[in-house]
Amino acid sequence: MALRRKLGGNAVYSKRLNGVHAPHRKNTAGDKPQRIPTPAVVTIPMSMHIGAPAKPVVAVGDEVKVGQLIAEAGGFVSSPIYSGVSGKVKKIDDMLMSGGAFVPTIVIETDGKQTMLDGITPPKVTNLQEFIEAVRNSGVVGLGGAGFPTAVKLSVKDLSAIEAVIINGAECEPYITSDTRTMIDDADLVWEGIELIKKHLQVHRVIIGIEDNKPQCIGNFRKMCIAGDGVEVKVLPALYPQGAEKVLIYNTLGRVVPEGKLPIDVGAIVINCTTLAAVAKYIKTGMPLVEKCVTVDGSAVKSPKNVIAPIGTPIKDVFEFCGGFKSEPQKVLYGGPMMGVAVPDLDVPILKSTNAVLAFNKKDAALPKETPCIKCGRCFAHCPINLSPADIETAFRLKKPEDLEELKVNLCMECGCCSYVCPANRPLVQVHKLSKVMLRDYQSAQKAADEMLKAKQAQKEEKK
Amino acid sequence: MSNMTVSVSPHIKDNASTTSIMRDVLIALAPALIASGLIFGVRALVVVAVCVSFAVGGEWVFEKIVKKPNTIRDLSAVVTGVLLAYNLPAGIPLWQAAFGSLVAIIVVKQLFGGIGANFANPAITARIVMLLAFSSTMTTWVTPNGLSVAMAAMSSATKVLQGATDAITGATPLIILKGESAAALPSIQNMLLGIRGGCLGETSAIALVIGGIYLLIRRVISWHTPVAFIGTVFLFTLLVGGNLEHSVYQVLSGGLLIGAIFMATDYSTTPNTDWGRIIFGVGCGLITVLIRVWGNYPEGVSFSILLMNILAPYISKLTRKKPFGGVSV
Repeated sequence: MALRRKLGGNAVYSKRLNGVHAPHRKNTAGDKPQRIPTPAVVTIPMSMHIGAPAKPVVAVGDEVKVGQLIAEAGGFVSSPIYSGVSGKVKKIDDMLMSGGAFVPTIVIETDGKQTMLDGITPPKVTNLQEFIEAVRNSGVVGLGGAGFPTAVKLSVKDLSAIEAVIINGAECEPYITSDTRTMIDDADLVWEGIELIKKHLQVHRVIIGIEDNKPQCIGNFRKMCIAGDGVEVKVLPALYPQGAEKVLIYNTLGRVVPEGKLPIDVGAIVINCTTLAAVAKYIKTGMPLVEKCVTVDGSAVKSPKNVIAPIGTPIKDVFEFCGGFKSEPQKVLYGGPMMGVAVPDLDVPILKSTNAVLAFNKKDAALPKETPCIKCGRCFAHCPINLSPADIETAFRLKKPEDLEELKVNLCMECGCCSYVCPANRPLVQVHKLSKVMLRDYQSAQKAADEMLKAKQAQKEEKK
Repeated sequence: MSNMTVSVSPHIKDNASTTSIMRDVLIALAPALIASGLIFGVRALVVVAVCVSFAVGGEWVFEKIVKKPNTIRDLSAVVTGVLLAYNLPAGIPLWQAAFGSLVAIIVVKQLFGGIGANFANPAITARIVMLLAFSSTMTTWVTPNGLSVAMAAMSSATKVLQGATDAITGATPLIILKGESAAALPSIQNMLLGIRGGCLGETSAIALVIGGIYLLIRRVISWHTPVAFIGTVFLFTLLVGGNLEHSVYQVLSGGLLIGAIFMATDYSTTPNTDWGRIIFGVGCGLITVLIRVWGNYPEGVSFSILLMNILAPYISKLTRKKPFGGVSV
């Protein structure tokens, strides 16, 4: 019998969240990342994070060095950008991003010397304010894929609200092993990050959540934990989407983040392990986030590897370093196969939040044929947050936003479990994305109508 | 411009498809097919063949006429044909079996929109139509005799068989249970093997349960409906009859097992939540017993499933799971 608990107000849940047993395919887990040769050109978009785009502070023709600031944060929710190469700014141009927006982009022609910027020294961090400032200056954003500026996440008004910080080492997407490598190669940096967080955010409980398919990472951190230091390793079953923020909070702390609330509202902050390592690296060495460890894999790649590449490296250079393709790549992704974004060509750059680039051959890229829904209920049974994907699809096709509101499509995190299990190959995730837009439009129209009504009533009252 | 494919995530999928699910159902139905051949002879297999051909052919022709994409490859019409045949007496005139198959596929399935869109189970509804249209042939039960040749070689089994052929004279156990026939009930052993009067695919409890276990292992069906359905019939008849043996006979008789395992678990006509499936099964069980004990018909499985089919969308909606973290408006 499912253990039921009352949390987050009126919500009652069965204990175990659903998910799918996606294939692991962590082929590169044992592969120490190799640095690729400096690319000839890097293309750095100003929007590699959620929030306002960064503002370029260099001009065409300027010489830049490794670690040099090339764009400053464009607002509170934003992040500065540093160059990972030395060379000359070739142009500053707009580029079409996968989100559909044109974004200013700095193109740097490298000189191959990788000259370091003079005066890179560790920042002075003695108190919370300096710590947050350092995190902001590090250029670090959520490296698990979300790209939310880490400094904003850590800017908590009331420190006593933080009951636990969860280090996300779940890495539940198939193929990707860059977090795994961080936890193996840079475990010390992650640990330093944990110490920094404990010290400056006055956190007494840190939970490192790792899926059980990464025994080496679990072992590493278990060895580091000393009884009474408040840090614990939580071994999680390898069930996708274990690393999704709300899922991770539930599976480590047993708390439900209610609709419209943030993790901090239930006393939690979730930080990806690689993000934390990057913060720690900046505070230790003064070198901001300028390069990324990226897993290169997929059926079209000749020799899958983990590589370290400067941010802005065209992905074709990365694939080239991995021996090129053994067959024509028909689909290429940023990120994992469950939530990754398909890219239109191989010129797109490695971004801050890119943790993998995968290339698939024709066979794997073939789009499955859509057949009628047979109402098998698999999407209902596998949705980690108990949505009703098939019903949402019906409501969307019938253009019933009021039903979408009731079905809570706004909660969908687009993890892809429903589409993954659908025997009829329905485009459920796609429909959910479109449904969210339909619902938002409906709700704003509703709100406008309400306000209009109120204004009219107020007018009437006045006339009386 | 590169010609790479750009599509919305996810970019991988598990192996299940509508066709693979239907194939699993057919595999699960295979033991009962073998049993029906052994029990009722070649004639049973002929009925199955006729039903399957007319179901598949009917779907193909209909979709051709209305210019819909062809769906016979998904094997769902084959499943409907087999299930309808299993619910017919082995001696049914073949033209009636063909007629029933066309009703199932064209009227019940295709006119409501084809696979996934029908609200009533095609095989069950067609069987009920046939029961009303061809009352006499639909209730003329063939004495199991197909086994005599096959089992003559096995001396121990032959005894079982001879006992069976002597005991059954065309009446089904349910008719006997209801006191409308003076014939003696078949032994429990024969009930399990299926050596009794009845529709051609419903008699062998062992074969049906093997199929059900296969479907459970393959996760094609969940345990909820079959357990709720069979459990309700067992407990309710126990409550009414107060006799354990009587209840066991009730469970093994008629179309309960095939109905609970294969028909009440049909996707598009039953609820798609776990609790919904339990409610559906309990509802089917209650209606079945009500008809069996107090109704005019000796058997109520088909009617119960059809009635519950109508409620299924409402049950689904009422038992919808609460979204994780959702705040009620």
